Amino acid sequence: MSEMTYREALRSTLRREMQRDDSVVLLGEEIGVFEGSYKITSGLLAEFGETRVRDTPIAEEGFIGAGIGMAMLGMRPVVEVMTINFTLLAIDQIVNHAAKIYAMFGGQVAVPMVIRTPGGGGQQLAATHSQNLEVWYAHVPGLKVVAPSNPADAKALLTASIRDDDPVLFLENLALYNTKGEVPDGEQVGEIGKAAVAKPGTDVTVVSYSRATLIALEVARQFEKQGVSVEVVDLRSLRPLDRETVCASVRKTSRAVVLEDDWLTYGVGAELAATIQEGAFDYLDAPVRRVAAAEIPLPYAKPLENAALPTADDLTKVINEVLDATRFTG
Amino acid sequence: MSGSTGSPTTGRAAAAGGVTPETLKDYYAQMVLIRSFELRASEMYQRAKIGGYCHLNLGEEATVVGLMAALRPSDYLFTTYRDHGYALSRGLGAGRIMAELFGKATGVSGGRGGSMHLFDQKARMLGGYGIVGGQIPPATGAALALTYRGGPGPEAEAVMCLMGDGTTNIGAFHESLNLAALWHLPIVYVIINNQLGMGTPVEKAAAEPELYKRGCSYRMPGVRVHGGDVMAVREAAAAALDLARTQRQPSILEAMSYRLRGHSVVDPAKYRSQEDTQQARDEDPVPAFRAQLIESGVLDDDSATAIEADAERQVAAAVAFADESPDPEVADLFVHAYATPVAGTPHRLPGDPVISVPADDPGDVPDEGGRS
Repeated sequence: MSEMTYREALRSTLRREMQRDDSVVLLGEEIGVFEGSYKITSGLLAEFGETRVRDTPIAEEGFIGAGIGMAMLGMRPVVEVMTINFTLLAIDQIVNHAAKIYAMFGGQVAVPMVIRTPGGGGQQLAATHSQNLEVWYAHVPGLKVVAPSNPADAKALLTASIRDDDPVLFLENLALYNTKGEVPDGEQVGEIGKAAVAKPGTDVTVVSYSRATLIALEVARQFEKQGVSVEVVDLRSLRPLDRETVCASVRKTSRAVVLEDDWLTYGVGAELAATIQEGAFDYLDAPVRRVAAAEIPLPYAKPLENAALPTADDLTKVINEVLDATRFTG
Repeated sequence: MSGSTGSPTTGRAAAAGGVTPETLKDYYAQMVLIRSFELRASEMYQRAKIGGYCHLNLGEEATVVGLMAALRPSDYLFTTYRDHGYALSRGLGAGRIMAELFGKATGVSGGRGGSMHLFDQKARMLGGYGIVGGQIPPATGAALALTYRGGPGPEAEAVMCLMGDGTTNIGAFHESLNLAALWHLPIVYVIINNQLGMGTPVEKAAAEPELYKRGCSYRMPGVRVHGGDVMAVREAAAAALDLARTQRQPSILEAMSYRLRGHSVVDPAKYRSQEDTQQARDEDPVPAFRAQLIESGVLDDDSATAIEADAERQVAAAVAFADESPDPEVADLFVHAYATPVAGTPHRLPGDPVISVPADDPGDVPDEGGRS
């Protein structure tokens, strides 16, 4: 075990996979000379050279599509997109091509590529640079969408994503890059599509992913002091979705709250609420509640941004409402 | 080829130099096979054997055969949804192609793609693509992948990426050309200019309607060739591929072509004038090449007729093969869902439960209001 940041877990994993496999090539804007907008690729140009760490022009559709073609010829491109908001410029390539080529051509060639990109708000970047659009991609068969919340999972899931033969959207978050955690040494290959019980509990289940999991864990610790045992399920993967782990938890606790950074309507929580009512209907003591972002293009001003994004206080309030509704007495 | 553009070429003369009669007969046979196949495909569409969209290469035969004659087996081809002829000349087999049009398990894409999505990895035909311009970034990426395999040289592999005239207005075209020129990729972008989008003329869609010049922002050379002349197309394509192989210089090849029918089989093309249609018939490349070969003594009427009869036989056999082939099994619906299967991948049909409920379901246990 070593303690490291989420950023360092990503960087060291990229480095390790590039050392292991010559077909792993990085593409993206400002990833080489500038070492990445968020410095994830720091030092990699110097070590691997400009053919393996390739700076691209500002042309998301062009270079994400080029990654698809490289993957079709057997390479394993890892494409960095500066933020998930910019993937919209390439959505035809991601949805109509990366996600379709294996199935639509009868399984003849796979598209083993990774698109790494941070999402999320909270940095006063205003409406166009603060979105959580991962559910758009999680809706699409043929894609996989992973969203690790901690450095250990970042390592294990990035390794798995690079070695996976399908296109994987690897969701990061600006607020996670500096967070620290214990990371196992040596090779770690995660299993895509498996949720984790990040904190066991018996009274209420909180389901979340990516940055929101940190909030859920903090809230769970506060409730623990008051004698309420909160179980936190960290999805880690949005597609495939581990419905079993979510429903198993709710069958145990009988109460469920989803904490999500995306917008509420048609969001991740909507899918989870539907899953829980189907897989744990008779175990539920209260309706499934969702704590999600306010449905507004995110404003710049800090008080407005704070109000619009889901916080620990919002989650605490909703958990208390669920406990009250079920006359929870501890 | 130097500078940003070359001049238009017409190349009947090329037919005279260094080409064997057998080669010319083979090109005629390929053109006739495409003509027969497409006419039969149109008929099969009318008979509802073929579904969806269906775009034909009628009028484009000389361009198809000339391009495919220049492309080596070691090269990669990305093309558009108007792809039947290219698949035939690339050797995918009329039976497997017709079977794909019929949506059969024996089709080149296993019945998953249909007319617009013909694919054969072994033949290095990496797709027909149904989205206009969607093939251009992946084709460019394939060319990028080739640069990791080895250096330039006369035996190096290259990529040919086909598109229609309307595609040159799409952002992906310009982003890809910039990448290819910037990174010196071994690729030829071939624009099949049949002068119409669906019904919109090139002049109404492109501010630079001489499309071979559209690479000038990327210092990419371009050549225009008469698409009705199979030998001219072959020579121009070979030269462009040679640039890609030996110098890693990407380029544009614009083949001036003509669509004898509507955009797709359901389009009666009422937007076309009588004169326009008549001119197209007068310049139909298939009878023109036939007359040329008879005039030069390569064929006589009997041998030409025999080639045509053989094409008819091949197409009839293809239809029979497609007809007799089985539909894909519904049980195999999810067989190509993911290349790396993982836990939780949903293999559910509409109406199937999303999750199984355990046997110890509490069922009708009354709500206790506070199960704590």
